[in-house]
Amino acid sequence: MYQSFQEIIEIEKNTGKSFWEIIRDNDCREMEITEEEAFLRMRGMYEAMQSADEAYEPNLTSTSGLVGGDGEKAANARRRGTMLCGSFLGLVMEKAIKMGESNACMKRIVAAPTAGSCGVLPAVFLSLEQDKGYSREEMVKALYVSAGIGGIIAQRASVSGAAGGCQAEIGAASAMAAGGVAFLLGGDTEAIAHAAALAMKNLLGLACDPVAGLVEVPCVKRNVIGAVNALTSADLSNAGIRSKIPPDEVFDAMRSVGRILPEDLKETGKGGLAATPTGIAFRENLKSF
Amino acid sequence: MNSFDIIGPVMVGPSSSHTAGAVKIGNISRKLLGVPVQKADIFFHGSFLATGKGHGTDRALIAGLLGFAVDDSRIPDSFRYAHEADMDYRLSGIDLGDVHPNSVKLLLQGEGQRKIEIVAASTGGGAIRVTEIDGLPANFSGDYPTLVVNNLDQPGHVTEITSMLSHKSINIATMQLYRSSKGGNAVIILECDQEVPENAIKWLAHLEGILKVTYLGLADRYTSKL
Repeated sequence: MYQSFQEIIEIEKNTGKSFWEIIRDNDCREMEITEEEAFLRMRGMYEAMQSADEAYEPNLTSTSGLVGGDGEKAANARRRGTMLCGSFLGLVMEKAIKMGESNACMKRIVAAPTAGSCGVLPAVFLSLEQDKGYSREEMVKALYVSAGIGGIIAQRASVSGAAGGCQAEIGAASAMAAGGVAFLLGGDTEAIAHAAALAMKNLLGLACDPVAGLVEVPCVKRNVIGAVNALTSADLSNAGIRSKIPPDEVFDAMRSVGRILPEDLKETGKGGLAATPTGIAFRENLKSF
Repeated sequence: MNSFDIIGPVMVGPSSSHTAGAVKIGNISRKLLGVPVQKADIFFHGSFLATGKGHGTDRALIAGLLGFAVDDSRIPDSFRYAHEADMDYRLSGIDLGDVHPNSVKLLLQGEGQRKIEIVAASTGGGAIRVTEIDGLPANFSGDYPTLVVNNLDQPGHVTEITSMLSHKSINIATMQLYRSSKGGNAVIILECDQEVPENAIKWLAHLEGILKVTYLGLADRYTSKL
């Protein structure tokens, strides 16, 4: 995987290959597989996301009882047409919550990049495919773009809430999705990089403060902001708007913010929402072995 | 690093460390025991103890002991499958001291009175490490074919094992030696680049001074193929 957008932009200049092909070629070398095998494997991930979306069960509740059923409420509001955000964004929001809830309820999901942020990419991509008529092949390429961005983030900063706070989970997923959407909108590597950077800038410093230490509150609903933020960032980038801070530097900033964040806000369940009276009460009511 | 370290794994939620990692620990422990698990005494430590119930760590670990993969939809119902498989289990808490917060200790018993005691940790993103076997230290991930030899602490056993591996054209990736005391019980752990054949393992097990040979092959993966 590549450590900077700059490196990928250079390769694009020298070879004429697009972002997704550069990332796929790297997989072929690393995993000693053919281009077709690499593509099929990513397609498998996309289809696993789709199956997970379809397998949502509105009546399930998580073991703690904190999570379940909200995806159905969002779906009903969208069907009634009462959502100010409109039917497309409504669909994105609904899918993001559903996947987060499925994860909390021990259903099969695709960690992308983590289990806690597993709703962002499918919410964005499945909705685009369903509502805007993109082909399956284009979606798999977009997912490859997201993987490449995730690789840069993992190496320049982190994709672990315990190491970098929620910016490293929902933030990373949002940047990954933003780049994928920029690609679908016809953007080149520069547009992809700026979409990712714009998305990350909005979520820099996001605390990882899970109530009772569980991947439930606020994780499930944060998938919504990750997904919607990805779409607005991609739209901005597609409009020609650029991040004044270069993308690679944005992710360096993310790394330093992750370091500065206190431990209480890095998946320890000690600070933020977890430390509210209600959060503490939830923790105390939790069953142990 | 490749794209599927970022997009993936396909897993049963909610947590890569507390759920998928726990399945892997169960899986590796089952393979280290070498026979189906009949009795399991499981002790959760630290964060596993504090938030394990809410993360399904208990069900994930039992699923792993039953040989389920990390993306197996039966994981939430693993207690029922354990019952059907006649697997007895007991879950409780423990303070293992200064170890990784996501640690668990397992006392396993299987067919033929075969027993093993394992301490393992889920170190993040679904990665795990076995940190203790039968009271002696260990440090391996289960990502490689791994040979664990319990022997008496006496000269020659390392040579016997390494010459056998050389003879079978097996490259050693890492090697660890630990002992309880001079001349006492020792353990040799080798992570290899190739699989170790069954006849070689049997040959080792019958050597004088070798107490037990445990082998962890790559035969079954934690995530089913897509």
